[in-house]
Amino acid sequence: MLDDIDRRLLRHLMADPSLATSALAVRANVSGAVATRRLERLRSSGALKGTRAVIDWAALGWAVEVSLRFTLDKTAPTAFDDFLAAARQVPEVIEIQTFLGRVDVRLAIIARDMAHYQQIYRTKILVLPHIADIEALMEVARIKSAGPLPI
Amino acid sequence: MTPDATDWALLRLLERDATQPASTLGRALGLSQPATWRRIQRLEQAGVLTGRHLDLDFEKLGFGVSVFLGVKLATKGRVSLEDFERAVIAIPEVQAVSHVLGLYDYRLRVVARDLADFERVLRRRIMTLPGVGDVEANVLLSEERLPGPLG
Repeated sequence: MLDDIDRRLLRHLMADPSLATSALAVRANVSGAVATRRLERLRSSGALKGTRAVIDWAALGWAVEVSLRFTLDKTAPTAFDDFLAAARQVPEVIEIQTFLGRVDVRLAIIARDMAHYQQIYRTKILVLPHIADIEALMEVARIKSAGPLPI
Repeated sequence: MTPDATDWALLRLLERDATQPASTLGRALGLSQPATWRRIQRLEQAGVLTGRHLDLDFEKLGFGVSVFLGVKLATKGRVSLEDFERAVIAIPEVQAVSHVLGLYDYRLRVVARDLADFERVLRRRIMTLPGVGDVEANVLLSEERLPGPLG
């Protein structure tokens, strides 16, 4: 389990993921050796999976992001597996989530513009297997993203 | 900006692991360290690379439940949107907030230690937000990120 030192290190690292271990140690008020050892333990336990670059797709020309929420036809026993396998093949799908609730699956889709989105929707989304219903939510603005975990 | 093939390869590498030094990235791409560094700078200045994200295993850190909430405001108007947004981003358990168009006005990602903790957050923090109307909850079962156009 996490102790106060782990929590302090994680809090500072969440606030600034590009901190080098030495700078992180100073902020968390521990020695460099302790910080290194603790981070290593968090990594090997799988709690800390890595640090990735955040890419703004809009800056690359993918201006539209749509959340598509699907209800699947669960009378087919392989509905989930078939649907997910097919959705993974669509290059414009950047996120797949499955849920317990009114919605079964959500796909995040990016497109260059609305015309491009229409084309993706008709030729790649509507053909996915076992769809019972689709709802679309269009992202207007991100008010908060990846807030720190309240550890 | 229009990235060339090398930029795409660089984005792919950084999207997997943003902590690699320019020298390592350069070796993988057949570029010198300064040339790699210049490309990273250019991608940052163009707003393509917006920062880094720490990938954490929420469950291993004690947050066993993630729930997506669709929130509809009961009253609308500029003031109510601002009040709602100001209050919702201050809730520590709310990890992400998007303003959306469609069935709901906002899409929230909420973390909790367990379902009982989620109920507490929902009752004490979410249902008491200014202007909040209908709320739909879907409990996250699985999640995967895909490289999208990075291929």
